Amino acid sequence: MTAPAESSAATYQRPVLDTVEHAAATPDEVQPYADLGLKADEYQRIRDILGRRPTAAELAMYSVMWSEHCSYKSSKVHLRKFGERVTEEMKEHLLVGIGENAGVVDIGDGWAVTFKVESHNHPSFVEPYQGAATGVGGIVRDIISMGARPVAVMDQLRFGDVAHPDTARVVHGVVSGVGGYGNSLGLPNIGGELVFDASYQGNPLVNALCVGVLRHDDIHLANASGVGNKVILFGARTGGDGIGGASILASETFEDGVPAKRPSVQVGDPFMEKVLIECCLELFQAKVVEGIQDLGAAGISCATSELASNGEGGMHVDLDSVLLRDPTLNAGEILMSESQERMMAVVRPEKLDEFLAITAKWDVETSVIGEVNATGRLTIDHHGQRIVDVDPKTVAHEGPVYDRPYARPAWQDALVADTTAARGLPRPETAEQLRATALRLLAAPNLASKAWVTDQYDRFVQGNTALAQPDDGGVVRVDESTNRGVALATDANGRYAKLDPRTGAALALAEAYRNVATVGAEPLAVTDCLNFGSPENADSMWQLVEAIEGLADACQELGVPVTGGNVSLYNETGEPGRVDSAIHPTPVVGVLGVLDDVRTAVPSGWRAAGLSVLLLGTTADELDGSAWADVEHQHLGGVPPRVDLAAEKALASVLVAARRDGLAAAAHDLSEGGLAQALLEASLRFGVGARVSVAPVAERDGVTPFAALFSETTARALVAVDPAREAEVVAAAQAAGVPVVRLGETGGDAVVVEGPFEGGALEIPLAEAREAFEGTLPRIFG
Amino acid sequence: MAAPTLDAARIGVLTFPGTLDDRDAARAVRLAGGEPVSLWHADADLHGVDAVVLPGGFSYGDYLRAGAISRFAPAMGAVVDAARGGMPVLGICNGFQILTEAHLLPGSMVKNDHLHFVCREQQLVVENASTAWTNQFAQGQTITIPLKNQDGQFVADDRTLDELEGEGRVVFRYVGQNPNGSRRDIAGITNERGNVVGLMPHPEHAVEAGFGPDAADGVRAGTDGLTFFTSVLASLVRA
Repeated sequence: MTAPAESSAATYQRPVLDTVEHAAATPDEVQPYADLGLKADEYQRIRDILGRRPTAAELAMYSVMWSEHCSYKSSKVHLRKFGERVTEEMKEHLLVGIGENAGVVDIGDGWAVTFKVESHNHPSFVEPYQGAATGVGGIVRDIISMGARPVAVMDQLRFGDVAHPDTARVVHGVVSGVGGYGNSLGLPNIGGELVFDASYQGNPLVNALCVGVLRHDDIHLANASGVGNKVILFGARTGGDGIGGASILASETFEDGVPAKRPSVQVGDPFMEKVLIECCLELFQAKVVEGIQDLGAAGISCATSELASNGEGGMHVDLDSVLLRDPTLNAGEILMSESQERMMAVVRPEKLDEFLAITAKWDVETSVIGEVNATGRLTIDHHGQRIVDVDPKTVAHEGPVYDRPYARPAWQDALVADTTAARGLPRPETAEQLRATALRLLAAPNLASKAWVTDQYDRFVQGNTALAQPDDGGVVRVDESTNRGVALATDANGRYAKLDPRTGAALALAEAYRNVATVGAEPLAVTDCLNFGSPENADSMWQLVEAIEGLADACQELGVPVTGGNVSLYNETGEPGRVDSAIHPTPVVGVLGVLDDVRTAVPSGWRAAGLSVLLLGTTADELDGSAWADVEHQHLGGVPPRVDLAAEKALASVLVAARRDGLAAAAHDLSEGGLAQALLEASLRFGVGARVSVAPVAERDGVTPFAALFSETTARALVAVDPAREAEVVAAAQAAGVPVVRLGETGGDAVVVEGPFEGGALEIPLAEAREAFEGTLPRIFG
Repeated sequence: MAAPTLDAARIGVLTFPGTLDDRDAARAVRLAGGEPVSLWHADADLHGVDAVVLPGGFSYGDYLRAGAISRFAPAMGAVVDAARGGMPVLGICNGFQILTEAHLLPGSMVKNDHLHFVCREQQLVVENASTAWTNQFAQGQTITIPLKNQDGQFVADDRTLDELEGEGRVVFRYVGQNPNGSRRDIAGITNERGNVVGLMPHPEHAVEAGFGPDAADGVRAGTDGLTFFTSVLASLVRA
């Protein structure tokens, strides 16, 4: 045998068995803390906490739990604002707030829902299919850990430029990953977002949202109270996949030539997850679970330290009892493994047999790995020796907290000054020019039909879906006897947020809130997924701080609390200090609303001719950051549309009342692409056209026909109403202080727009519009 | 209609690990006026049901081949015996795949020709309105039923296809668009006796106004799927 080659620095040194005793006796042993993502001062703090050096296993635990991904160390000081700005009134519908896996919201009649959006961005660039698939799996397990039955999912996807050679790889992988995993779980996919922009080229964003339903009495919190209770690991076996994923994949940028920093992305098994869901629901129903936690980032390290520190006592775990897929894994690897489809439960000893009978029925492998005790310590043994002895709170909750420096970027002023007007970007004026513009926008990848993606997802399963994409919000029934249910919408416009992150975050909330109201639901609560650049870059950090401020303020003004969410940082691969260093700041905001009867939810298009088309809201000339500026001029500069939350609130009240009173045959909010896009989408929804005039808008609001058609002023929506009841809608709008104007009526097989412009009415036959709208994504991605 | 007898009809809905649409199928039975009975794959006892639905999903994760593992479930032995004795059996999507694996129906399903999962509101023409599951349809009627699958392309050799067509055993054909490349646009078939029917589209997702496919009288108002379940109840009354 030849001598082994000199081991590289990146090779993980497998310790013999680094026990607590051994660690205490060998204080000077060099430990690979930097390779595990810990800074020197963080490592020193661990030594200070323990009063000795950590064992290899302890180091593994601290390193994953203190990573950005798990500890929110850079965002924590700012995220507090969401809680600080929650008023008593906002808490009215909140049964569990921020801090748990997901918040729980009261929707009436004893029903509660829990919902949350999370990111799986970096793994989805490395391995798009598995990254996206396990993103869905993770958020679904989060919802199960609240004791809820998952009832729907949505996904928010952002990719690079459609023309870039790498984009198709990521798109195909992510879309089929979301579908391949999600479709196998029996959860309807009721909508989401799809955006292409060069800023996401090396940093695609894959966010996934799940909503679950439970009775008020059935809320399960993740804690390990009760001395003598058993700690049980069940589901898939623990393997070598995703080791270090939490601390390394999610916290550091990718560097070429450092393979050790790119451990394998976790691999999902949706069949196992589906069985695990049903098994957990049966366990909940049998009331044999005291506490439950999903195993996500940081695996057993996270689950044991969080369960132990959320309870009142301590916990002892024997790692030899963990069922392994690969028997050669060492203790650190077992503790860090992010193998999917695993759950940890705390069970009373007298309920253990019943628990095991249920997991056996579902053929779910189960192992008792430990016990709750009163020591206040988390101790872990391996091969009969003590390898972990820590205060679990120091692992789970007392990680480092950074108040990172942040500053308005040097380039921000120039970006804001670069308005579409200052540039003198030519605006269409004649009917023919306006018509061509509307069609080009309709066919642009970001405005075109998303059916190529959504048709790959099951929206029918469970038989409770009342609305899904392409309607403004997804709507699912919760109670079959009353038809009570919830509506969900998510939004984020990274272009707006780039121009002004504070306003951009508020705009994201405003649009999601508006979308939920447009289908007729009363908005109740908010979840968010903050996708930003590196917190170590003062520019990106400033964007994050501004966005949190803007979102916290806007939530307070609209009276809807943030109930939970997620932060994804380090979405940045450019050279720091430049305008294009990082992704567009992308605060994805999800709003949940309630409907007393989901069958009355309002679709986004009209099915009948002869309905009056009304426009609610005022239009200003707001085209900076717009879809027009992007599609026609590849321009981003200036200031985003103004936020008017009072106007949003008033508009929402009119839309919700219109649904309740059966007045709205269709409603569609105005957003990217403005009135022109909204009219075309509403007409294409069921293939019924409309004949309208923009003259009343142009005159009343003092804007050009172009601005009337393409401006992206907020707090606006189209409503189609039976002419016999038009006066009721007008009266309701006026009573609420919402400007309302009749644009025309539905009918025909074209969208015809009259206006004070040259060339007579502009006419877009629906067949031509449909080809533009539906042809784009199949043509690019087929 | 003989209502008291219909109320007494008990329709089993068989759940495998990975089944997704069992609750939907049970709801469809209930809305049609029958009594749904949950059956478990590991239980060889059919508990005296009058008919069985094998619902859609990804039983055993579609591992090896869709339906290939499920056909060996203890409950399937009982289903095969009952079907041979004339009990009405409906296989929907994964259930259809299981029926072909169990040799109750000929042919097989392979990956869609475009290789994507597809979810759409699909038009079908009813070509055989005399099976246990279609007797309340009109011959030649066009219906709209949601379709959602990855492995939905029906394939068989030409002799089998000729036989199916010659014997009137093609129950449904896709119209407007063949969504997956199925041979001769076949969406569903029956056995010689007409008691076993399998199809890829999902009738249980078109049974309740507000939650089905779009229809002439409203958004998601389509309930064409309900007729599958009223048909089987009618066939049980006649039997």
